[in-house]
Amino acid sequence: MSHPHASWEHRVKKPPVKKSRWIIAGLLAVVYIWAFSGVPLNGFKETALQVTKAIASGIFSPDWDYVYLPDGEDLLRGLLDTLAISILSTFISAVLCVPFAFWAASNMSEWGITSKTGKIILSVIRTFPEIVMAILFIKAVGPGSFAGVLALGLHSIGMLGKLFAEEIEQIDCGPTEALIATGANRIQILWYAVIPQVLPGFLSYTLYRFEINVRSATILGVIGAGGIGTPLIFALSTRNWDRVGIILLGIIIMITLIDLLSGAIRKKLV
Amino acid sequence: MSAHDMKSAVPSKASSLPRPKPPRKLKAILTGLIVLLLLAGSAIKTESSFSELFTGLPNMLDLIKEMFPPRWSYFDDITGAMLETIRMAIVGTTLGAIFAIPIALLCASNLNTIKWLSYPVRFVLNLIRTIPDLLLAALFVAIFGLGPLPGIFALTIFSLGLIGKLTYEALETIDRGPLEAMTAVGSTPMQRIIYSVVPQIQAHFMSYVLYTFEINVRAAAVLGLVGAGGIGHYYEVTLGFLEYDKTCTIILFTLAIVLFIDWMSTRLREKLL
Repeated sequence: MSHPHASWEHRVKKPPVKKSRWIIAGLLAVVYIWAFSGVPLNGFKETALQVTKAIASGIFSPDWDYVYLPDGEDLLRGLLDTLAISILSTFISAVLCVPFAFWAASNMSEWGITSKTGKIILSVIRTFPEIVMAILFIKAVGPGSFAGVLALGLHSIGMLGKLFAEEIEQIDCGPTEALIATGANRIQILWYAVIPQVLPGFLSYTLYRFEINVRSATILGVIGAGGIGTPLIFALSTRNWDRVGIILLGIIIMITLIDLLSGAIRKKLV
Repeated sequence: MSAHDMKSAVPSKASSLPRPKPPRKLKAILTGLIVLLLLAGSAIKTESSFSELFTGLPNMLDLIKEMFPPRWSYFDDITGAMLETIRMAIVGTTLGAIFAIPIALLCASNLNTIKWLSYPVRFVLNLIRTIPDLLLAALFVAIFGLGPLPGIFALTIFSLGLIGKLTYEALETIDRGPLEAMTAVGSTPMQRIIYSVVPQIQAHFMSYVLYTFEINVRAAAVLGLVGAGGIGHYYEVTLGFLEYDKTCTIILFTLAIVLFIDWMSTRLREKLL
C-alpha cells in the first residue's frame, strides 16, 4: 500500500454490488438446484445408440418410394394436407382476429377497460395450447384435418389479434382527424384512414403466423388431427426408420421453402 | 363514379391536363384470385364444411358442459406433474442457452471471420429451427424411451435454435469500438469476448433466455402427449376415461401457471432492457 507505484485500483473503487443481486442470485441457485436434482438420469434405454444410428441412416437413405404412391397415403399427400390445414386456419384466424384487434387496441376505444379486457381475452386464447384445442375439436367434428383447421384457426387468433392490435395502436392520427373534419362517418374513417395504414402490417403478420402454423400443422397428426404427423407417428411406432427419414426430410424441405417464400413476400410488404 | 361524371360534364382546361393514373388493379385481382384458389383447394383437401361444424357444435357444447364444474380435488394429483413440467422447461432452456453461446459466437460474422466455419453452423442452426418441438420430442421418445428426459432434450435443441439465432443477430449489431480498443492493446480473443462482447450483449441474452423459457413452459405442457414427460400425459389419461371435469382442471391449472410465468418473465425483461 505504501509503495509509491500503488496501482490505480486503490484509487478507483469498483461500484459496490447491490444487496438485491445477492438475493436474486440465491433464489436462482435454489431454483436451479431444485430443477437439476430432479432430472432422472437413469432413464436411458440401452438401445438408444442403436436407434439413433438407425434414424440417422434412415435420414441418409430415405424410403424414396414413399414420396409418391399411386394409391393411398404418401408423403406428398401428407404434406399437401398439412399445407392445406395451415392455409385455411391462417385465413380463418386472420379474419376472426380483426374485431378482437380493434377491441384490444387502446387508441380505438374511449375507456381503458375495454382495451384491457380485449387484451386479457387474447392472452387467454394464446395460452390455450393448440394441441389441446385440437383434442376438443376432434371430439366435436371427429378426427381428421378439419379438426386441425378449427383448432389452429382458433388458437392463432390469440397471437394475430395481439400483433394486429399493436399495429393499430401505431397508426398516425392525422388521416383520421382529417376525415372527421370533412364529416366522414365511422365506416368511411375506417375504410379510408385506418385500413390503408394497417393493411401491410396485417398481411405481414398473417404470413408470419402462416409460417408458424405450418410448423404446428405438422404435429397435429400426432393426436389425429390430420396432416403429415399421423404417418410420422405411425412410422415411429412401427420402427420404420427409413420412412421416418423421408418424412423428416419432407417436413424440413417444405418448411424451409415456405419460410423463404414468405420471408421474401414480407420484405416486399413492409 | 359520380365524381368522374361531374368532371367530364364540365369541359375545362383541367380535364385536358395529364392526370395521374390510378395504380394497376390487375396485380391485386390476380393475388386475390390466387388466394381464393388456395383457400378453395385447402377447404376441399381438408374436407372442411360448415354443415359439419354446425352438426358438431352441439357435441362440443356438451363436452364443455361436462367440463364444468372442474374437479378441484384433482389438483393434488397433478401438482407433481406440473412441477415436472416447469423443471423440464428450466433445465431445457438452461442447457439450450449454454450450448447457444459458442454457436452464436461462431455464427456472428463480425466476430468470426472464417466463412467456411460460420456458414455451415448457420445452416445447421436454421435446420434445427425448422423442426417443431413436439416432433423433436417424438423422435427423442423413440430414441430414449418414455419419460421427461426426451422432453428435456427436445426443449434443449429447440432452445438452442431459438436463442442461438436471436443472440447471433444481436451480436452482429454490437459496437465495434471496445473490440478495436482491446485489439489495439493486445488482448487475446477470449479477453475480447469477456470484456467487450459480454457486457454489450448480456442483457439481450438474458432477455432472449427468458422469452424462450416462456415458450418452453407452453411447449413442455403438451410434450406429454407424445410421452415426453410433464403434465401433457394427463390429458390422454383423463380424456381416455372421459373424465372431462379433470381435463378442465388440467387446462385451468396450466393456464394459471403459464400466465403467471409470462407475467413474471415480461416484468423481468422490462427491467433488463
